[in-house]
Order: sequence, then structure tokens, then C-alpha cells
Amino acid sequence: MENPYLPYPVRIDEVITETEDKNLKTFKFVFINPGDEEKFSYRPGQFAELSIAGKGEIPIGIASSPTEKGFVKFTVNKVGLVSTYLHNMRPGNVMGIRGPLGNWYPWEEMEGKNVVIVGGGFAFTTLRSSIVYMLHPENRPKFKDIKVVYGARTPGMLLYKDELKEWEQRDDIEMHITVDGTNDPDWKYNVGYVPPITEQKITSAENAIAIVCGPPIVIKMMQPVLAKLNFPPERIILSLEKRMKCGIGICGRCNLGDQYVCKDGPVFSMAQLKELPPE
Amino acid sequence: MKTTSFTKQEWDEALQGLSDSYRIFVPIREGDFHMFRPLENGIKPDFDFQNTRISPKSIIYPQSERMFEYTLEPEDPEANILKEAPKDYSPRAIVGIRPCDVHAFRIVQRNFDNPEFRDPWWVKHFESTILVGLGCNRPCSTCFCTSVGGGPFHEEGLDIMVYDLGDRFLAKSLTEKGEDFLNKTKAGAPADQPALQAAEDLKESVEKAFNPNVTMDHLHEKAVLDLFNAPFWEEVAFACINCGTCTYLCPTCWCFDIQDEVFAKQGDRIRNWDSCMFPLFTLEGSGHNPRTKKFQRVRQRFMHKLKYYVDKYQDGVQCSGCGRCVRYCPVNIDIRQVAALMNEL
Ligand SMILES: Cc1cc2nc3c(=O)[nH]c(=O)nc-3n(C[C@H](O)[C@H](O)[C@H](O)COP(=O)(O)OP(=O)(O)OC[C@H]3O[C@@H](n4cnc5c(N)ncnc54)[C@H](O)[C@@H]3O)c2cc1C
Ligand code: SF4
Ligand code: SF4
Ligand code: FES
Repeated sequence: MENPYLPYPVRIDEVITETEDKNLKTFKFVFINPGDEEKFSYRPGQFAELSIAGKGEIPIGIASSPTEKGFVKFTVNKVGLVSTYLHNMRPGNVMGIRGPLGNWYPWEEMEGKNVVIVGGGFAFTTLRSSIVYMLHPENRPKFKDIKVVYGARTPGMLLYKDELKEWEQRDDIEMHITVDGTNDPDWKYNVGYVPPITEQKITSAENAIAIVCGPPIVIKMMQPVLAKLNFPPERIILSLEKRMKCGIGICGRCNLGDQYVCKDGPVFSMAQLKELPPE
Repeated sequence: MKTTSFTKQEWDEALQGLSDSYRIFVPIREGDFHMFRPLENGIKPDFDFQNTRISPKSIIYPQSERMFEYTLEPEDPEANILKEAPKDYSPRAIVGIRPCDVHAFRIVQRNFDNPEFRDPWWVKHFESTILVGLGCNRPCSTCFCTSVGGGPFHEEGLDIMVYDLGDRFLAKSLTEKGEDFLNKTKAGAPADQPALQAAEDLKESVEKAFNPNVTMDHLHEKAVLDLFNAPFWEEVAFACINCGTCTYLCPTCWCFDIQDEVFAKQGDRIRNWDSCMFPLFTLEGSGHNPRTKKFQRVRQRFMHKLKYYVDKYQDGVQCSGCGRCVRYCPVNIDIRQVAALMNEL
């Protein structure tokens, strides 16, 4: 019997400090046992439990894309016990990854459609995975226009800065980067919160699906914006967070009505959420 | 299928005799209460009981269970890599388990052994266990098994059903595993017709006198949001002190927490029973907590048992009617009344 609680052993290959406050770091892992990478086959939107012997496990969205081979990446905010310990680990250290867990963004449904991606704060990790996945030459023809609105408090708080610049220069993706405020005179992108910038830049919901990730306040403020654009609730896709332990729908912790966010989610449409208790 | 009649002394001796082939768990009396204990030297089973205070769920699903072990010794090439903690899966028997508690195993099995994921420890412990049930001659005033699909002599899920006929036990095997167990006792005599009739009569008279009548027939058709937003939750929860007794004693509560524990350079990953009654259960690292208020947690407990489970599996409620939570709640919160409120909303 396979043990769904047993992590794959991995080695930290690289640690990148992403933000000016140094609270967000990206960890690149390689699997120690040959064959494990293949078993860990995932789709953008899924997450995994990062497991540290002696400390515990934390659920973290997968930031790399399945089109990137040889490693997996996660971007972790320093919050409490496990994430703080992880922030002090170094390349070469051994830990574990358990997953992939949960469902993914509705890739089949998104084919042939325009894709609108809205991200606020550090909840941009699985969105990065999605963008890299869609921009892959094999996948790009499956989607129509791809538009991205991504915001952070300041320019220094944006994740994946090099990639943002690169995407900004491409003509097969439309980027709208914004910050809440900045005193950088050379800042050449937008200034303003994500919801109003979305309202300015996204003009139509026609044949489009919107994926929205961010802190609760952004999700809340996005609702009237998307409603005004005429996005029906079925085509607004969100990724939820709850305190988790098992990640496989067994420990009973992360329920939203009769759904477990870890197993039946974390990805839900706004239409699904309207039917569930608002916890 | 066979039915064997044992005098009470023969039965006790037969169990002692089997303790080489099985790890046998029996009810014993401790103070005012009964509990299941391994049958070892000096342990005297006591089958004259209504039910154990703590349910037998811990025999399959221990309150605290090692999942993995590891070393943090930097020199060790296996350092930081989790290994399965060794466990004893030798055959075991729970003798004297009540039909409601067997029903409870079938309820929680849906959670631990589902088409997507199998919890290896629960499944292996369960599969190595034989269930020797004891019919209930005297259901308690708090029991309501018949309202949730069970009954004082309900046989489903059992390997053997035992009838207490006063001076002797009548043991009826229901599965091959059960028959094997009876054969191994090498004691007792085939039950004669009067004994079989006595068992039938006993069952009938107990069932006739037992009428708990908790109605739950409308739960599945209620809208989940109507129940969630029902006006009665604050009142239901008013006296609750969030002690967790209800979930701890409940044979159908399955939630757990996972923790790492380290001593010197050796560590274990352990799971422990947890409870939705505790605020920490849902507290996120950011400080956000979807259930900060007591009534939200009490509501979660009842909604899970009486609505979410009902909707998810379409086969009854997540409650075996054992009545433990009713009996031992320090402030008398009664799931039967809450079920009625929900059913009548
Ligand atoms: C599906 C999903 C995806 C996530 N993706 C990311 C991500 O990409 N990057 C990121 O930085 N964070 C992400 N989080 C949040 C992250 O899991 C928590 O910040 C983290 O668990 C905090 O753990 P800690 O040990 O540092 O904090 P502590 O407060 O010490 O937490 C103790 C334990 O509680 C549990 N826990 C606490 N908070 C949360 C929480 N918000 N969600 C789930 N379990 C929690 C964990 O088991 C944790 O080990 C995600 C959460 C979920 C549910
Ligand atoms: S036993 Fe009673 S008081 Fe204790 S948590 Fe349960 S309902 Fe509340
Ligand atoms: S909810 Fe109460 S009556 Fe039902 S199985 Fe649990 S302890 Fe027994
Ligand atoms: S984390 Fe265990 S059920 Fe979701």
C-alpha cells in the first residue's frame, strides 16, 4: 500500500531572496531518488507539503511549471515555525516534499479562451507556474489572449522580477504590473491597487476566464470589478487557503462545507463557492 | 456459520486460551467506568456493562500514533529522511464491542479508506482486527442506535455476535474470520434449539422496549446554507465550554493533528487526535481564523456529523447513536435535540 504521508526526499539546490524585506524566498529542489520526479507529476495550481524533519510540514503552492524539468520550485513567506526554519536552510540541505496535492486550474476549460490573471501580494506563486506553462511553445497556441495584472506594495516586493521584465517585452502576453506606491522616479509601470488597475486595463469578459489570487481583501475588492466586466461566477476561478495538515482530505481540518480545500480544492470557481458555507 | 454456547467461565477461559493467537481487547471495570484493555495476566474481563466510556476507536486509531521516525545526526547519510515507524499488525480481537461501535468503524472507514487515498495505518490496523460483538440487553437512556441505522443486536460489520443469556454466552459466527476464531477456542458446545430460541426472544424483547425515535429523515433535503445560517446555533452553543469531551469520546470523530517530536538527534512524526472544538484547529499562520467564535465551532461539529457527511456519502449521518457525547457533556448539550432542530428547520 502506498503511503500518502511519506514525503519524497529532496535536496535544496538554490535559494533566491525575492523581496526587499527578505521575507520571501524561492527554493529550488531536486529529487534525491531517481524516478521520484516523474511520480511527482503536477499541473499548475496544485500544491505540496514541504516537510522538514523535526519541524513539520507546510502546504505551499508549486511555483515551477511542469514544463520546467529537473527541479521544482516554491516561494515561501516567512511566517511561523516551519517557514522560518526553512528560510535558514541552505543549498545542499535535505528535506522532503509530499504531493502533488489538490486540484488545479481548469486547463481543459481554458483552452480556446482568453485568460485573465489577477494576482495581489505574494499569492503569485501558482500564477507564475501557470504563466510559464501557458507561454511554453507547445501550450501557447491553446490559449487566446493572456492578460496579467499583478501588484505588490512596492517595486521591491514584487516576485520574480527578472521574469516579469522578460514577459513585459513579449508580445504574446499583456502584462500590467502595479505597485501600491513608490518613490522610485524611474518606475515605468502602474501605480495603484490591483482592483482599480484591473478595471482600467481589462475591458472585456468575452470568452474569458479569470484566475484571481491574493489576500482576502483583494479577492473581496475584485468581485464588483469582475461583475461589472460581466464575468459570470463560473468563469471566476480562485485558489483558497486554510490551515492544513494531511493535505489528502483525511485529517478533517480544512473543510468548507462538505468539501476539503486540500483535496477538492484549493481551486474553486466563484459559482461553487456561492453554494458553500462562507467560512 | 456456526453458533456455539459457552458457560461464562468457559468463555473467559477460551479467551485466555486464545491470547497466544490474538491480541485480545476486553472491557474491564475501572472505578465507575468500563474501558477496553488488552487481556493480559491478571486482567479480568467484565462483560456486565452498558458501554465503555472511551470508545474502542483507539484500538484501531490510537490517540497518539507514531507515523515516521528519523535521525538528525549530521554524519548519518539517511539524516532528515523519514522512515516508516515499525508497528505491530499481528491479529487482534476486540471482544465485547457494542454494535454501535462497530457501526462507527464502518462510518470512519469511508474517511480513512477511500477510493483516492488509503490511510495505511488505519487500514492495516483495521484489517488485522476481528470484531466480536456483544448484543445490548440494556440499552442506555442516551442510546439511539436504531435512529441512525443500527440496533442493539445489529450484526453488520461484525465477525461474531454474542448474546448474553444470563448463565451463558451464545456466540454466532458471521464471517469466516469469526468462524475461525470460534474453532480456535476448542471450547463450548453447539447451541441447541432452546438456546437459539432464547437468543431470538431476547433480541425481540429488547428491541420492542427500545424506542429512542430521534428523527433525522429530512436532513439530506435541507439546503446546506439554510442549516448553516439557522438562527439556533448561538443558543445551542451557549453553555458549551469547548472542552472537547464530545469529540474525544466519540467513536465517529476522526480529526487529527500532525506534530514532530525530537529527543536529542532522534525524531518522530506523530499524529494525535484533534478536535474542531478548539480554536487552534483552524488558526492560520497569518493570524486569520475562520472559526474564532465558539458557536462556529459547535456548528461545525454538528454540521459535519449531520449534514456535510450526509451530503457527501448519501448514506446516513456520521453518528452511531452511542450516546457518549450526550452522557458525558458537562453542560448537557444533546445531539438528539440538535438533530431535531436541524431536521425541523
Ligand atoms: C493551498 C495552500 C497554498 C499555499 N501556498 C503558499 C505559498 O505558495 N507560499 C507561502 O508562503 N505560503 C503559502 N501558503 C500558506 C502557508 O501554508 C502558511 O504560511 C504556513 O503553513 C505557515 O507555517 P508555519 O509553520 O511557518 O507557521 P505556524 O503559524 O507556526 O504554523 C504551524 C502549522 O500550522 C499549519 N498552518 C499555519 N498556517 C497555515 C496556512 N495559512 N495554511 C495552511 N496551513 C497552515 C501548518 O501545518 C504549519 O506548519 C499556502 C497555504 C495553502 C493552504
Ligand atoms: S462535551 Fe459539551 S461542553 Fe464539551 S465541547 Fe462537547 S458540546 Fe461543548
Ligand atoms: S456524536 Fe455522540 S452519539 Fe453520535 S457517535 Fe459520536 S459520541 Fe456517539
Ligand atoms: S488538510 Fe487534512 S483534510 Fe485537508
